[in-house]
Order: sequence, then structure tokens, then C-alpha cells
Amino acid sequence: MKLISILRLVFLSAFLVVTLQAGPSLAVSPEEMLKDPTLEARAREISAGLRCLVCQNQSIDDSDAPLAKDLRLLVRERIVKGDSNDEAMEFLVSRYGEFVLLKPRFTMKTLLLWGFGPAILLLGLWAVHLLYRKNKSVAATAQATGAVELSKEEQDKLNKILSSESDS
Amino acid sequence: MIIELGHYMLILAFALSLVQSVVPIWGAQIDDNRMMSVASPIAITQFLFVGLAFAALTHAYVTSDFSVQNVWENSHSTQPLLYKYTSVWGNHEGSMLLWVFILVIFGAMVGAFGRNLPPKLKANTLGVQGWITAAFLLFVLVTSNPFHRIADAPIEGRDLNPILQDVGLAIHPPLLYLGYVGFSISFAFSIAALLEGRIDAAWARWVRPWVLTAWGFLTLGISMGSYWAYYELGWGGYWFWDPVENASFMPWLCGTALLHSAIVMEKRGALKVWTILLSILTFSLSLLGTFLVRSGVLTSVHAFATDPGRGVFILILLVAFIGGGLSLFAWRASMLRQGGVFAPISREGSLVLNNLFLSAATAAVLVGTLYPLALEATTGAKISVGAPFFNLTFGPMMIPLLIAVPFGPLLAWKRGDLGAAMQRLWTALGIAILTVILVYGYVEGGPALAPLGIGIGVWLVIGSFAEIQLRSGFFKNSFSKAISRMFGMPKSVWGAALGHLGVGMTVIGIVVASSYQLEDISIMKVGDSRTIAGYTFTFEGMKESSEHNYSDVAGTFRVTEGDKLVTTLNPVKRVYNTRGMPTTETDIYTIWGVTQLYMSLGDKQDNGAMAVRIYYKPWVTFIWLGSLVMFFGACFSLADRRLRIGAPARKGRAKQAASTA
Repeated sequence: MKLISILRLVFLSAFLVVTLQAGPSLAVSPEEMLKDPTLEARAREISAGLRCLVCQNQSIDDSDAPLAKDLRLLVRERIVKGDSNDEAMEFLVSRYGEFVLLKPRFTMKTLLLWGFGPAILLLGLWAVHLLYRKNKSVAATAQATGAVELSKEEQDKLNKILSSESDS
Repeated sequence: MIIELGHYMLILAFALSLVQSVVPIWGAQIDDNRMMSVASPIAITQFLFVGLAFAALTHAYVTSDFSVQNVWENSHSTQPLLYKYTSVWGNHEGSMLLWVFILVIFGAMVGAFGRNLPPKLKANTLGVQGWITAAFLLFVLVTSNPFHRIADAPIEGRDLNPILQDVGLAIHPPLLYLGYVGFSISFAFSIAALLEGRIDAAWARWVRPWVLTAWGFLTLGISMGSYWAYYELGWGGYWFWDPVENASFMPWLCGTALLHSAIVMEKRGALKVWTILLSILTFSLSLLGTFLVRSGVLTSVHAFATDPGRGVFILILLVAFIGGGLSLFAWRASMLRQGGVFAPISREGSLVLNNLFLSAATAAVLVGTLYPLALEATTGAKISVGAPFFNLTFGPMMIPLLIAVPFGPLLAWKRGDLGAAMQRLWTALGIAILTVILVYGYVEGGPALAPLGIGIGVWLVIGSFAEIQLRSGFFKNSFSKAISRMFGMPKSVWGAALGHLGVGMTVIGIVVASSYQLEDISIMKVGDSRTIAGYTFTFEGMKESSEHNYSDVAGTFRVTEGDKLVTTLNPVKRVYNTRGMPTTETDIYTIWGVTQLYMSLGDKQDNGAMAVRIYYKPWVTFIWLGSLVMFFGACFSLADRRLRIGAPARKGRAKQAASTA
């Protein structure tokens, strides 16, 4: 029962979240911040893309958890040492795995994840295309058999449009 | 005793729901009117029973009866009265009871107001509603009984989770559930149509008010939840793409598509099969949302209950309803006759486009929400899918849709004229472009694409009135004639305009607030001041107080603009006595109803100074005002008499029809 083991795992982490989030601090605190505003801005940008590992989908920039604070300090440490944004990210991935990235990398593993939305859009476009082709052929047959006559509703609509045209 | 009666009422309601599940549908199969007519009284009686059960639990909470386990776990005798009431659904058992209660309210409403419904449709619809009620009542009774007693009653309760002790809990969950559960009605109607194997324009007219109601409440529920998070959590975020938020957002997206496809079905008899499928999918997503939140399979800020037994139970319900619904659809959908031919450029075509993008966006959110779970279950690999993913996949799909919105209402049915529609929109386009130029020219900072985002919002806001302008002949007819035409218009025209206007406002709010917000995090001593966006915040002092079940430490900050006093802000750090858990209570000042100054307190430093966060959030209230406007749009559409079969046309409409004839 894989599902059960996952549920159990999730409950365990839920327990962790509850215990760890009890700390009173509020995400980024003043003493963590770098003096240089450009470096600090970069640190914030990187932090927003990194997951607080013990939280549910929160970035370390938003999280109150002590672990998030450690990661924030780590990011700043790397930046001060001269890492580029990518290098700092890479460093964290090498330490904590891809789980730390809030934007998963595009790999075979995540092909379906990235591709599903666009695939549905393309499939939908194709279905709509088929619908219109069918509509067109239905309309053509109707034309050929002379079955095009306006319904009462359509006639009313036509009258309305014509009258609003004459208003102007 | 009251508690035991409540429990008994719930069991009686379950017994009734079993009857409701079988008898009316059987009656519809064998054409027995007496069996079919059983549905309405049962639905109404059931509402009464569940209502009494709910009242019994509420009574226990208000009187702080800690011999009831649920009350003991989630409430405290010193809580303010409002929170004693809201504690009822601030926990798993109680919130499931609220879920079922709202379900039977909707059922009773169909029973009471559905007099004009064809008897078979009504019997089948209420029968299907009975299945859902029975399943969830069983869930409550078996796995989540809120009426469980404790042998030795404790003297004091364990208090409600402090994060939930807020007016937000009084507003957000009931509205959200009214939305979630409201979609059960359109689901029941769809299944009923499939059972009967027939469906017509009247069916769509019957379903549309329910979809509108559910959609309106869901809109409001999501947005109130978002505002709650915004002021409660203390760092000014309002949407996190958290799985629990996605769980409510997916039915909203799908429901929005349903709202639009039902129009095509009602007016033109087209897209029947698609509309049925959408209404099954929308309620399936509601159930999925309930599963995700209630089972604890995803844990987040919202998940305050976890228990695997429940998870498996809801999973079974989920598979039964979604699987059953979709199988029935696959089996019977071909029996429904399609009608209504239309060209790609037409009102129908624009609504198809709307559905296409909304469905794809729903798919993107769905895969982003479930993929990490599925991947871990199958390969064991752990990945995270967060805000950056959703911004990249969901965002680009919204842009073409938003740009297309103002065109839709201007196109004629069957075959429209895009050029003519564009001519009606020159004003909107001009103002939008002007806005983009002005923002580029005069506003500093912010991402390069922000002015374009604002432009799209302005395009939506102005463009949403184009149909009203067209129909009333404003700037063409005399002023008084235009005004009288405006009021004579079907209310659904106003509903659509308001709905689209609201979307535009929300877009503007999101773009402006996220692009141009200013943040200042600092350590302040008494007497210090910080200046942000021209406003000076001076730290005047700290004040301690204690009330109800918590104690407060409040800062006093004087806010001035130049020499002028703007306001005094009092952000609070609050500690709840029972759980010893701290929360931040932000203080917010709103300028001209749109821009907010937002303050929250952080840690107290060793030297007595305070960590302070100050935000300047331009136009941020537009995010939620927009959703309010969308809600009013739904109300306007609901007030449209055409949605009530048999209701006589109002005099004003008759006059307008005469004047245009």
C-alpha cells in the first residue's frame, strides 16, 4: 500500500510543520538582511524560488520556520562569497536535492507536468477545429437541400438588428 | 441530552437520504408519480433534521459543554461569543457537518422552489442529490462524528487554533462551501439528464441559476479567504498557489467555463454534451478539493485535521462519484442530440474560446497540484511545484483569454463581425494604450511588463461596458432615451458587464500591487521613524493589554505625510493563553479605498527595540473589490427574469422590446 505510506509520511511532515512553525519570528527579519541593497534584492529573488523544506509549498522568503531562516542565511552567505544567482541555487540543490526548487526543472521526470496544460490547450484547439469543420459541412448540406429558413427567434433578432441600425 | 438528540437527528437524516436516493429515481423509471413526488418533502425534512443536528452542536459550543469531545478540543470558555459560534466549523468534524448542512439546504431549495420543473427531471435530480447526501452523512457518522462524548468532562477546553480565531473564519468557510457544494446541484441535474437521456434548452435555463449562485459564492469565498490570509499572516501575501488554495481555485475556473457554456446551451442549444461534461467535472473538482483538504493528504496552513481512515473513505467517495459520473457520461452522452451550428467568429465561438482557455488553465493547475503526489507515489522522487511554476504555466494562458473578453458580448450569435466589434472597442483600446504610455512615462520602478498588464486590466474595465453602450445607444441617442434603454436591458447584460469589469479590476489590483509595492523591514526603537512612499512612520511606544483568551503587545505608530497626520497604526503581537501560540495582528490603513499602508510587528529585540515590517501596497484592494463586483454581477444575472420560467416579462422590458421593434 504505497498510498498509505505516503499518507503516513505526509502526516509526519504535517506534525513537523505544526511544531516548527510555532516560532514567533516573521519570515525575513532585519538582522538577516544584507547591507548592500542590490545583494539583498538578489537574495530575496533567490529565496522566493526556494522551498522551505518542512513547510507546505511555502518559499523560504515567506516562511517563519527556523529551517527557512537557516536557508535564507545560507543563500546570503553564498551571495556575499560572490556566487551568481544560478550558482547559489545550484549549491542549495546539491545539498537538498531538487525538492528545494519551487519551479521544478524541465526533465523527463517533469515532462508531463510542464506539458499537460499546453497539451490540453492544443488538444482543445484541435477538437474545436473538428467542430467547426463539422459545422461547415452541416451548414453546406443544409444549403444544398434548401433547408435554411430562419426560425422565429432568428427572425426577431434580425428585425431587432435592422431596427437598431435604422436608429443610428 | 441535546447532543444525543442532535446525533439522532443526523441518523434520521441519513435514513431519509437513503429513501431519497432510491424511491424518486425508481418512480421516474416506472412512471409512478406518487414515488416521484416523495423527493421534495424528504429533501425538506432532511434539511430540517440536519439543521437541528447543526443547532445541537452549536448549542454545545456556545454553552461550552466540554463533555463533548469536539467542543473540548476546539473551544475555550473565555472565547468571545462570535468565535464560540465559528469554532463549530473550525475543525474537521464540524466543518464536514457544515458541508452536509449546506448540501441539504441546496437540496431543500430544489425541493421547495422547483415547482415548475418537469417531474421526472426533479425526481432524478433530487435522487442524485440523495446519493451525495447519503454518502457524506455516512462519512460524518462513521469517521467524523462531532457528537462524541467524553466520560469525565474536563473543566476547560483546549481552545481553537489561534490562527482561526478571526472574523475570517465566520465568513470564509461558509461562503466557500456554499460555492463548492452548490455545484452539486448542477452535477445532479446533469446526471438526471443522462439518466433520462434527454436534455433541452429549458434544462440549461434551469441549471444556470444554480451555477450562478454557486459561482458567485465561490468567487466571494475564495476572495475573502485571500484577504484573510493577507491581513492575518503578516507579510502581505494574498495568494500562494498553495495546494489548498488550488483546490478551491480549480472548481472556480471550471465553474466559470460552465457558466459560459450553459449560456450557449440555453440560447442556441449547442454544446450540450460539453456542458454536461463540464458540470460533472466542476463538482468532481469540488469533491477533489474536499478530499485534498479534509483527508490531510496535503498539509498546509489550512489543514487542521489529519486521519488516514478518513482519507481513504473520502477517496472511495471521490472515485465512486467521479468515476460513476464519467462512466454514465461515456455511456449515455451519445443519446443527447447536438444542435446549433455556428461560425468560429460568433458569440458561441467566443464562448468556446473562453471554455478552451479556462479548461486548459484548470488542467495546468490540476497537474501542478497533483503531480508531486503522483510522482512520489510512483517513483519515490520528491519535487516541489510552487508559485513560479503556476505563474509560468497559468499566466500565459490567461493573457489571450483576457484580451478576448471584451469582444465576446459584442459578437452576434451564429456569425459575428469582428471588425464591427473592434469599432465598438476603439475607445477602450485608446484608453488602455494611453494608460500604458503614461505608466511607462511617469511611474518609476517595477518590472518592464507591468504597464502592459495594467493596460490589459484597463482594456477589460472599459471594454466590459461596450455592450451596454451599444445596446443603449449612448452617444448616439438622446441622453434620456439611452438611460431608459439602459434600465430596460435584460439584467443578465449588466451581470456579464459587471463580471468582466470585476475581472479587470482584479487584474489591475494584482499587477499594480505586486509590481509597485514597497517594503521596509527594520528594527525600530521608540522615537525612531521610517519613511516609505512619502509616509513617515514614527514609533511612539508599546502598550500591553489582556482580554478574553489572549494577551496583546501593541505598538503605536504615528503616520504622517509631510506635516499632516494621516493616521495612527497599532500592529499587535498576540499570545493565546491556552496554546501559548503567538499570532501577528496587522494594522492596515486604506487611502482613498484603494491603496493600503500595512504594518506588522516582528520579534522583540534584546535591547527592547522591535522588528517592524511596513508595506506600501498601491491599489491592492482592487484585487478583492474586483471579486465583489463579480459577485454582484452574478446577483444581477440571477435577478434576470428570463432565468425563471413562467415569470411574466417586466413592463420595462416589454417597453424596450416595443421601442426596438
